[in-house]
Amino acid sequence: MAGIVGYGAHLPRHRIKVEEIAKVWGADAPSYKKGLMLREKSVPPPDMDTITLAVEAAKNALKRSGGVNPVDIGAIYIGSESHPYAVKPSGTVVAEAIGATPDIHCADFEFACKAGSEAMFVALSHVDSGYMKYALAIAADTSQGAPSDALEFSAAAGAGAFIMGKDNLIAECLFTHSYMTDMPDFWRREHQFYPQHGGRFTGEEAYFAHTKGASKALLKKSGLKPSDFTYAVFHQPNGKFPQRVAFELGFTQEQIDPGWLAPRLGNTYSGASPIGLTATLDVSKPGDLIFMCSYGSGAGSDGFVWKVTQRIDEVRDKAVRTHKLLDENLIYVDYGTYAKFRRKIKMNE
Amino acid sequence: MTMFSSRNWREYPQRYRLEASKFKKSGKTYFPPRAVDPETGDTAQEMVKLPDTGKIVTYTVIRTAPSQWTEIAPYALAIAELTDGTRLMAQVVDCDVNAVKIGMEIRIEFRRIQSESDHGVLSYGYKFVPKWY
Repeated sequence: MAGIVGYGAHLPRHRIKVEEIAKVWGADAPSYKKGLMLREKSVPPPDMDTITLAVEAAKNALKRSGGVNPVDIGAIYIGSESHPYAVKPSGTVVAEAIGATPDIHCADFEFACKAGSEAMFVALSHVDSGYMKYALAIAADTSQGAPSDALEFSAAAGAGAFIMGKDNLIAECLFTHSYMTDMPDFWRREHQFYPQHGGRFTGEEAYFAHTKGASKALLKKSGLKPSDFTYAVFHQPNGKFPQRVAFELGFTQEQIDPGWLAPRLGNTYSGASPIGLTATLDVSKPGDLIFMCSYGSGAGSDGFVWKVTQRIDEVRDKAVRTHKLLDENLIYVDYGTYAKFRRKIKMNE
Repeated sequence: MTMFSSRNWREYPQRYRLEASKFKKSGKTYFPPRAVDPETGDTAQEMVKLPDTGKIVTYTVIRTAPSQWTEIAPYALAIAELTDGTRLMAQVVDCDVNAVKIGMEIRIEFRRIQSESDHGVLSYGYKFVPKWY
């Protein structure tokens, strides 16, 4: 089957700590840190958005692609819940910026936190069918959480990009499975600035039911068991959920560690499991099996089984590693700066 | 006063992809691209893409910013020499203005340049960030 020819990530350097948000709203930081397993989250500066993150991640994917010519990319799909325009595609800007226009198909995908993995699924399908040589799938978000809401402690920014192809693979996709139902757990109506969620309802019936539904079906379809995998990556709305679902499915802490970014990165929404996959590929070895399962409210999960090839050793250091972006040279901001960066302060026109 | 989106659209090749003109006779590269080599009058040229790293040659700090950049002020505006010798000017971001130095290594990143208010077109292009990896 088709797979990943090039991958890359991009993250903002700015971070805000849970304590900094908690002190403004009178929340108990230790209980958030323990309850949600979150320490800090990424904050995009005012000149960074889903499009700019997508462009930088795509450039890193091209660096690891072994010389894919952007004009040979037949489609660019960007999954995000924070496309900068309500009407005007993000994909065309990215296509123009990497030099892939004009003979290309572009579409922006939306499905809460699952938009990125659905872009990956569609890109993979186009390539696997032989309809095009390469397709670029990007998962990017600069998500907003309403001030004082639990989501404000987690809503973060980042992007992961994957060039799908059939030859010269870094990781072959062996199996996929998607699992969807109509679930009112999280939404944002048109013209509303912040999303809303169903509180505790977002756990059992939403995240856990769909992640497990897709994961169990994917394990059954593939005939594999959790112990057959070197690594596993799950959607990570906080640090706690992916760890709990991993353990309940039979995966271990060692398997999720490289792609378990939420405690330090926050929830990058569409980017969460795809960026986790980039971090996992960074440390993987030829022959490793990687289990991946996204989750998006509304609701559904896309599962993938990836098998890493020999080429990983050649390409992993052709672009910056995700953990370097996650851990090094960080710029910590206070709540006032964060509020300004995220345009939470009402200004005169 | 923001830049017209029509002008920005015409300048995508240079603003998005750092496309420059390299003249056949002199071998010199100009950015932004020129139709005619000012030294030789030559019009024969090829498009080259500039490298994305370099060093700051000189800079100034903007503390009283034009209206479209008040949210990122103060910021440095620098001329950098890229690794191929081409010089260009851009804002320096993700960097405390007191940390900007002549000779500082930079990387070019794709960023949002400005917005025609809350409802207008967004303009994108290149900025300098410290090169730390």
